[in-house]
Amino acid sequence: MSETLETTIKAICGAVGRDRGRVIDVVRAVQQKLGCVDHDAMDAIAAELGVPRVEVEGVVSFYGLLSRERRGEVTIRLCNDIIDRMAGAEGVAQALSEELGIPFGETTPDGKISLERTPCMGMCDQAPAALVNEVVVTELNGDKAREMVRELRTHLEPGRLVRKFGGGNNAHPLVRAMVNNNIRRKGPLIFSPNNRGEAIRKALSIRPVEVIRAIKTARLRGRGGAGFPTGMKWEFTRASQDRDRYVICNADEGEPGTFKDRVILTELADRMIAGMTIAGYAIGAEHGILYLRGEYAYLREYLEDVLKNRREDGLLGRAICGREGFNFDVRIQMGAGAYICGEETALISSCEGLRGYPKTRPPFPAQKGYQQMPTAVNNVETFCCVAKILEEGPASFCEHGSKGSSGTKLLSISGDCHLPGVYEVPFGIRLSEVLRMAGADQAAAVQVGGPSGQMVGPEAYERTICYDDLSTGGAMMVFGADRSPLEVAQAFMEFFIDESCGYCTPCRVGNVLLKERLDKIIEGKGEVADIAYLRDLAETVKTTSRCGLGQTSPNPILSTLKSFPKRYEESVGESTDGLRRSFDVRAALAESQAITGRESVHFSG
Amino acid sequence: MSQTISFTIDGQEINGQAGQTILEAAQDAGVYIPRLCYLEGLVPWGGCRLCTVLVNGRPQSACTQPISPGMVVLNNTEKLNHYRRNLIEMLFVEGNHFCMYCEKSGSCELQALAYRFGIAAPKYPYLFPKRDVDASHPDIFIDRNRCILCARCVRASRDIDGKNVFGFVGRGPTKKVAVNARARLADTKIDLSDRVVDVCPVGAILKKRVGYAVPIGQRQYDHRPIGSDIEAPEPAQGE
Repeated sequence: MSETLETTIKAICGAVGRDRGRVIDVVRAVQQKLGCVDHDAMDAIAAELGVPRVEVEGVVSFYGLLSRERRGEVTIRLCNDIIDRMAGAEGVAQALSEELGIPFGETTPDGKISLERTPCMGMCDQAPAALVNEVVVTELNGDKAREMVRELRTHLEPGRLVRKFGGGNNAHPLVRAMVNNNIRRKGPLIFSPNNRGEAIRKALSIRPVEVIRAIKTARLRGRGGAGFPTGMKWEFTRASQDRDRYVICNADEGEPGTFKDRVILTELADRMIAGMTIAGYAIGAEHGILYLRGEYAYLREYLEDVLKNRREDGLLGRAICGREGFNFDVRIQMGAGAYICGEETALISSCEGLRGYPKTRPPFPAQKGYQQMPTAVNNVETFCCVAKILEEGPASFCEHGSKGSSGTKLLSISGDCHLPGVYEVPFGIRLSEVLRMAGADQAAAVQVGGPSGQMVGPEAYERTICYDDLSTGGAMMVFGADRSPLEVAQAFMEFFIDESCGYCTPCRVGNVLLKERLDKIIEGKGEVADIAYLRDLAETVKTTSRCGLGQTSPNPILSTLKSFPKRYEESVGESTDGLRRSFDVRAALAESQAITGRESVHFSG
Repeated sequence: MSQTISFTIDGQEINGQAGQTILEAAQDAGVYIPRLCYLEGLVPWGGCRLCTVLVNGRPQSACTQPISPGMVVLNNTEKLNHYRRNLIEMLFVEGNHFCMYCEKSGSCELQALAYRFGIAAPKYPYLFPKRDVDASHPDIFIDRNRCILCARCVRASRDIDGKNVFGFVGRGPTKKVAVNARARLADTKIDLSDRVVDVCPVGAILKKRVGYAVPIGQRQYDHRPIGSDIEAPEPAQGE
């Protein structure tokens, strides 16, 4: 092993106190420094941290942004989300590939630039987008892509690709991003003016159990998608025996089509951290972790600064607001590219430096979460609601929204609409009203809640957005009449196959099989019986999968079958010759004919 | 004395001990719940999903779910067995399983489950993945074509042998069992006397030079289906 590699890795491991739980920070840093985490590096990390080598390799090979093979000094990752594809990502891909002279998945011969694809990076409202190392480039087209490559070839500095900063804090000296917020509608809660420190002072004026009661009175439910009552989650966590408790903020916004948390992190980080601090007070936790998805690394320095300022102002750290005995601080844990880590127990595994496997439940995180300690995991938006509830009281919070779903909801709207962006709407709003606001007058289908949600057609437009009707974590992808619902479902299945952790059989294998049959139907080779086959397979995957990913991954197929049955019926047929429609006898014989050098069957006509 | 917990499985009253899982309590009561990744003595994994049962109407893996008083468990239902059949078929098409010349044939838990569930051929298309074989070690070899990713080897080596010889790399469909070395099993600390050598339910980890030693007719599942030992213990031997 080379002297320099050993020294580099010793330094990186030393920076995290050689803590085995910080493997992800270590491998991220190594990747940044060396362009990959190769075999020599894995050997050195394993030795330095005292973990089995296979465990290090397990982590490196799990996360999409890490690589065991050497990459270029700069990696261009083009977003291949369906919305980006609709916005012309394929043209961008072609331009990049031509200009660089390499196909996707490869590095230029001079070792400078690599070209890859990445799943939804939370920029659907400014697609097509790409991640160039940690720099986000938005609204690409063929010409801009070529220009980007030329610029990189000249200076090899991704930062120079940003010519004009986006609005708000995107222009902050610690962010300097071309990302736009696209806040289209500010509601009365999340986007209301923030009175810094007020929420915490109000919380400290009552007892922790009363804080939990206020959250329950406000009937706050999780904004990430699952909709679990927040107050109840906190009550369970507080009731746990262990004293060393944790509050985790889930900022792993990975559901394709969702980007509202990115806007909160950019503009409302103070309010969100106030919510975390209040959670700490309520459940009796001193430690907070902000789990930030790897794609949002460009916000990290800024968020560190927000935390630092709060510490200096007595809103974080020791004796918060002068209250002796109330200590709470937050560290940022970076993700490294894995949708599954949005699942709360997988997120905890990732925080522990492990592969992002969901954990076996029970025990639930409220009893045994991060490092076996009681842990409350909540979404970015949920924490903002918490702060607002404490600021203005639960009654005023409940004035907004519907009976079963109090408050407002942030929606991320993208696709075939004139005004893509973030909307704060009251729960109970009709889908038609949302579409009108976004200028989606030609919507033929809407994907509510991202791929794990459901696709609905015009007959559902008078339904309402709330937990009891059309429930959503916030993603709304709009599709015009010229888009094929089956092809959208196909793209989503591809996503789930790539993002399955592979722990359980139905999700690991079943999704591959679902997509195989859907592909066949789209190719026009499906049979009538394939529809029943898909339903049966989808039901097996949904029922037997271990976590929420597999339990929802067949939804693209099930919900298009439900909302657009005709599209399937039109695409399948009965066999006319007793052979399967997908069976191509010539293709089946091609290999043996190539080997024998002669035709084995003579076809007439 | 440990506390008794009463609940039902398919209407039958079961008395288990506090701290037991559904699968363990069922087994003690002579009720077989199909399983593959579960192995007595290893930390439950809950990955194969064959032991999926309905607990008060909700699907749960019986190998990880603790028993609680009054819970209503459904196990041997047409629907659950249908899902199990589908899961077994998935495992067959996911790998490259050629029973006719596999030395584990007759003692293979995956094959035995297929027989128990009456699966002659899977309805799913074979995926024919390219997987590698590691014959570097003098006494033990790995044939990943047959691996079903049950994690028994990972757990046994880590928790019983204390060696961490095996681990998973990759994710989703490309996930595979790797060894605690750059590439070769020969470069790990595995030993023929380790527990890990005997835990593989299929023919993915095998000892060298003992293949086909047991003739047809005397192999583990040649006479009675898998699970029979739990449902009706073998009568005392004696001809």
